[in-house]
Amino acid sequence: MSAVYDRVKELLVDKFGVPEDEVTPEATFEELDLDSLDLVEFALAAEEELGVRISDEEAEDLETLQDTVKLLESKGATV
Amino acid sequence: MSAATRTGQPVAVTGLGLVTPAGIGTQASWDGVLAGAPAAATDPVLEGLDVDFSCRVPGFDATELLGRKAARRLDRFTQLAVVAAREAVADAGLDPSTWDGARVGVVLGCGMGGAATWEAQHRRLIERGPGRVSPMLIPMLVPNMVAGQLAMEFGAMGPNLVTATACASGATAIGVARDLLRSGACDIVLTGGTEAGLTPLSIAGFAQMQALSRRRDDPARASRPFDVDRDGFVAAEGAGVLVLERTDHAAGRGARVRANLAGYGASADAHHITAPDPDGRGAALAMRAALADAGVGPDEVTHVNAHGTSTPLNDVAEARTIRRVVGDHVAVTSTKGVTGHPLGAAGAIEAAFSVLTVEHGRIPPTANLDSQDPEIDLDVVAKAPRERAVDVVMSNSFGFGGQNAVLVVTAA
Repeated sequence: MSAVYDRVKELLVDKFGVPEDEVTPEATFEELDLDSLDLVEFALAAEEELGVRISDEEAEDLETLQDTVKLLESKGATV
Repeated sequence: MSAATRTGQPVAVTGLGLVTPAGIGTQASWDGVLAGAPAAATDPVLEGLDVDFSCRVPGFDATELLGRKAARRLDRFTQLAVVAAREAVADAGLDPSTWDGARVGVVLGCGMGGAATWEAQHRRLIERGPGRVSPMLIPMLVPNMVAGQLAMEFGAMGPNLVTATACASGATAIGVARDLLRSGACDIVLTGGTEAGLTPLSIAGFAQMQALSRRRDDPARASRPFDVDRDGFVAAEGAGVLVLERTDHAAGRGARVRANLAGYGASADAHHITAPDPDGRGAALAMRAALADAGVGPDEVTHVNAHGTSTPLNDVAEARTIRRVVGDHVAVTSTKGVTGHPLGAAGAIEAAFSVLTVEHGRIPPTANLDSQDPEIDLDVVAKAPRERAVDVVMSNSFGFGGQNAVLVVTAA
């Protein structure tokens, strides 16, 4: 997909222990066995790594990685 | 045994799991204490402290043992217990996919909870603000999470709790577990204790209490229970898990009974926040209660696995009380010479060693006992394991706060 996607994938694999072959653009956080607490941690990590803030409300609405990457890019995330 | 005085039925110990500074696994831990090889070593995490050594579990790689998710989402005190519990359940020959989970309880003891998580997140709060604190702080920190995690791991839906009686927590947990079996509330209880509090803040706190050995130039010789040159305990981490079952349940499934948990006695010193009562009145109450509960006379006790922390005060007070309550015929040992003091896990780890002692007829030596304190007028096993039939073991645990928990383990 994009550099931001690659960075998100790296984050999920390295920090959250998601098996690399399960990370696809269509995968949802639920499918990746990540719960609401993981999502808050993910938002914190994304803010540190990519410099953009995801609000709690936005985090709640996130489903697929594709959506997440779009949101991050729309907020000006760069790698 | 004088069954007339027995106040309750024994329960069966059918599984053991150990993760200790002597090694990962029951066999490694048992071999380590039999060899009398002290685990204490300089600890990089404690660099710069007055007390910069401890007894860590060697080579515990949470990612390798439990996977990356558990490594990230569980504090170390829970990780240690999960590994020990898996071993204990397998050792008991139990299959959690087929048991009636509503009849399976979990009672673990823990003194401190997620100390390392607390310190790391507190640092984040100070350095980076409240918005950077992890949402996992609370679930990783709270001491009861270890029991909740074992419930999830094994589908154990019976009573589920964590006991906190400081350094007696693991023994208290086993006593409470025993009561859940005797009352009929459970058929099986996974019980024991866990601790992973080797952090700069907690060690600094123990050091300021003057509770720790300062033998930093020779850590391996620092934990020396009952030795005249002892100068404090060596803090340790670890976990011990026992599978306890109602004897009828164990018999019904043809389980191997490794030993019986025959007695439990508990009391409070009502004396001082940290110092033991020099007259040992509270400790004596717990020892007598445990013997009465087991229906065992003092003369029938073969061996005492002492609390034996290696502090000047504990070891003298405990020895006097053992002599007064049990007598001078018993062979006494403190496995803390090898393991150091794993705080809330100590009582559980030592209960497991007591089970192994009656099973194998081998009493482990007290490591580093070079010159026994003349004030300790007891037969303390030193240098090498003592080979002898052991029918009855008393295992002592005493906590800061004055809580005492004594277990009696008998041969199956």
